[in-house]
Amino acid sequence: MAHHLGSLSVALYGISLLCYARNLYSPHLCLGRLASGLLAGGILLQYFDLLERSRWTHSVPYNDLHGSMSLFAWLLGITYLGLEIFHRQRSVGAFVTLLLVVWMALLGLLAPPEVPTPPPARGVLFALHVTLNTWAYAAFALSFVLSLIYLVQDRLLRSRRLGSPFWRFPALDVLDRMARSSVYVGLGALILGVVMGLIWQHRLSGGYSWSDPKVIVTLAILAAYVAYLWLSRSATWRGARAALFCAVNFVVVLFSYTVVNLYFTKFHRFF
Amino acid sequence: MRTQTKLSEQSGNRVQVALIGCNHNTAPLELRERVVFTSEQAMYAADELRKRGILEEAVVLSTCNRSELYGVPGETGGSTAEAMENYFISFHKIPPKELDGRLYRWMGTDAVRHLFRVAAGLDSMLLGEAEILGQLRGAYSQALDHGSTGPVLNRIFQGAIEVGKRVRAETEVGARPMSVALAGVKLAERVFGNLKGHSALIVGAGAVAEQVVEHLRNRGIGSLRVVNRSYEHAAELARKMGGDAVEWESLDAIVGVPDILVASVGGTGAVLTREMLDRAIAARHGRPVFVVDLGVPRNVAADAAGLYNLYLYNIEDLGEVVEQNRKARESEIPRAEALISEHLAKFEAWRTALEAASIVDDLRDHFQKHREMVIREKLGELKDVSPEERARIAHITEELIERVLARPSQRLQHGRGLRGRLAGIEALRHLFGLEEKKD
Repeated sequence: MAHHLGSLSVALYGISLLCYARNLYSPHLCLGRLASGLLAGGILLQYFDLLERSRWTHSVPYNDLHGSMSLFAWLLGITYLGLEIFHRQRSVGAFVTLLLVVWMALLGLLAPPEVPTPPPARGVLFALHVTLNTWAYAAFALSFVLSLIYLVQDRLLRSRRLGSPFWRFPALDVLDRMARSSVYVGLGALILGVVMGLIWQHRLSGGYSWSDPKVIVTLAILAAYVAYLWLSRSATWRGARAALFCAVNFVVVLFSYTVVNLYFTKFHRFF
Repeated sequence: MRTQTKLSEQSGNRVQVALIGCNHNTAPLELRERVVFTSEQAMYAADELRKRGILEEAVVLSTCNRSELYGVPGETGGSTAEAMENYFISFHKIPPKELDGRLYRWMGTDAVRHLFRVAAGLDSMLLGEAEILGQLRGAYSQALDHGSTGPVLNRIFQGAIEVGKRVRAETEVGARPMSVALAGVKLAERVFGNLKGHSALIVGAGAVAEQVVEHLRNRGIGSLRVVNRSYEHAAELARKMGGDAVEWESLDAIVGVPDILVASVGGTGAVLTREMLDRAIAARHGRPVFVVDLGVPRNVAADAAGLYNLYLYNIEDLGEVVEQNRKARESEIPRAEALISEHLAKFEAWRTALEAASIVDDLRDHFQKHREMVIREKLGELKDVSPEERARIAHITEELIERVLARPSQRLQHGRGLRGRLAGIEALRHLFGLEEKKD
C-alpha cells in the first residue's frame, strides 16, 4: 500500500511539473492553480507514505536511505509550497518540481522501498533533531535552485540575450526575496535541530561531541548561511554575488548530507 | 473597379458571410482616415445595409488601421459584395477611382478566416497587438445590442473573440514588448518585479522618454521626478505625468535616489558619468539601478555598464530587444494559424449541420411541389377515383417522399467527413437546381 502511495505521489509531482512548465510558457491562472493543487496532492500522498513507513519502524523514517531521501523530498515540496503561497509566485515551480521528480527517480534507483528494520528507540527529541535538520537541508536546496535562476537571469540581462524563458522567469528582486526566505526557514530549522540534538546528547551522555565531523560541518553551514543573510544586504555583495555565495553554500550542504554522513562521521551515520 | 476577389462568391450556400473593407496593407493613412466609421455611423450603416436588403446581418469594424463591413447576404440577388462596396463608397462620398484596388472582398470561409486573423492580431500593423481584440469585441457588442447581428455573425464573432484569446494565451504572438519605450519598462520589471512602490528619474524630456513615463505611470510607479536643463520643460512634463520637477543643478545629488533612470537629453554627450552612477549605487547601499539611455549621442557613459548592480540599456540595445521580440512573434505565426484553422473547422462543422438541415427542407419542398402538381394533373384525368382514394394516394405519396428523404437526411447530418458532407450538399443543390430556385 505504502509503495503505491509513493508511486502515486511521484506521478502527481510529474503531472504538476508538466502543468508548471506549461504555465511558465503560457501563464494561465487555472493552470497555475492546478499545478499547485497537484503538488499539494503529491505532498499529501507522500505524507501518508511516510506515515506508513514510520508505523513500521515506530520512528520518523530517517534510518534508511529510502526513508531519508523521501523525507527530504517531502520537506522540500512543503517548503516550496509555503514560499509559493507567501510570495505569490509560481514561475519557479517548474524547476522545483523537476528537482523533486529527479530526486524521487534517484530514490527509486538507489534505494528501492523495502520494509525497514526498526531503529533503536531514541525518543522524540532525537526524531525532532533529525527531522528539523533534514528540513533545513531541503530549504537550503530550494535557496540553491532560486539562486541559480537568479544568476541565469542576471547573466541574460547583462548579455542582452533575452530568449523566451527570460520573459517568464520571476524578477531578480522576487528571486532574491524568495531565496532569503528559504534560507531563513533553513536556518531556523537548523538552529532548532542542532539545539535539540545537543540537548538529546547531553541527556544521554552528559556532554557534547564537538569534535564529530558532522557537528563541525553543520556549524560551518550555519555560519555560512548567516554570512549569506548578512552579505545579501550589504552594498558590495547584494545581488548576483550573494546569489553565487548562496549556491556555493549548498555544495557544503551536499557534502555534509552525503560524504560526511557516509564516510566521516560515526556518530551521525544512520544508514 | 478593380478589387481583390476570392472565390466561392457564387457558391449559393445558405450560410454565407461577406466582407469588404480596407486596411493598412491596402490603403494609405490619408485614405483610411476618410473611411472611418464612428460608432453612431457604424450603427447607421448596419441598419441601412439591412433595410436595403443588401445584408440580413451586419457588423461594422472600424479602427485606425481598418474599416470593414461584415455581413450575411440578403435576398437581393446579384453580387452582395458589389452592393456592399457601392454602399461603402457612397457612405463616405469617395470617388470610386480613389478606392480602385484598395478594397478587399472575401466571401464564405475566407471572410471568416480573415476575421479570425484580425482577432488574433495577425492582420495588425504591429503583429500580435492586443488592442484589436478589444476593438473587435466593442464593435460586435455594439452591433449585438443594436440588433444588427443574427445567428451567423454571432457565431463567427464569438468564435473570433475566442480565437483572439486563445492565440494570446497559448502562443507568444502577443507576448514581449514591441516598442523601445515598453521594452525599457518591461526590462525594469525583470529587475524589480512590480513597479508599484519604486521610483524613477527622467533626465531630459524627449518624446520617447514621455512614452516611457506613460508606461511607468500605467504600471503604478511609486514616485516620478523629471530633471531637464530647461526647468520649464521639466515642470511641464512633470505636471502632465503627475511627477515632480527638479532643478538641473540637483542632478548629482538626486541621482542615487531612483530605482529606474531614464536619460533622454538631446544633442549632448554623457550626462551621467560612471563616477556619478558609482556614487549613486553606493548611496543606494548597492540596491540595483536600471538605466535606460534613450539619448543619441549616448547620455550615459558606456563604461558605466560594467558597474555592479547597474543594468544599462541604450537605444540600440532596446532596438535589438524589439527586433528579437519581433522575430519571436513571427516564429509563432504557424501556431496561431493552426489555432485559427481549428476554429475554422468548428465553424465549418456548424455550417454543415445547418446546411444539412436546410437542404433536406428544400428537397422536401421541391418534392412536395412536384407531388402536388402530378396529383393535380394525373388524378384530374381519372374521373372514377373517389375522394377517399384521392386522400389515400396523397397520403402514400407523402410517405414515399419522407422515406426517400430519410437516409440522405441522416447521411448529411451524421455522415463521415466534413468535406464529403459539404460536397454532398453542393451536389444536391446543383442536381435539383435549388440554388437557382433561391436566387
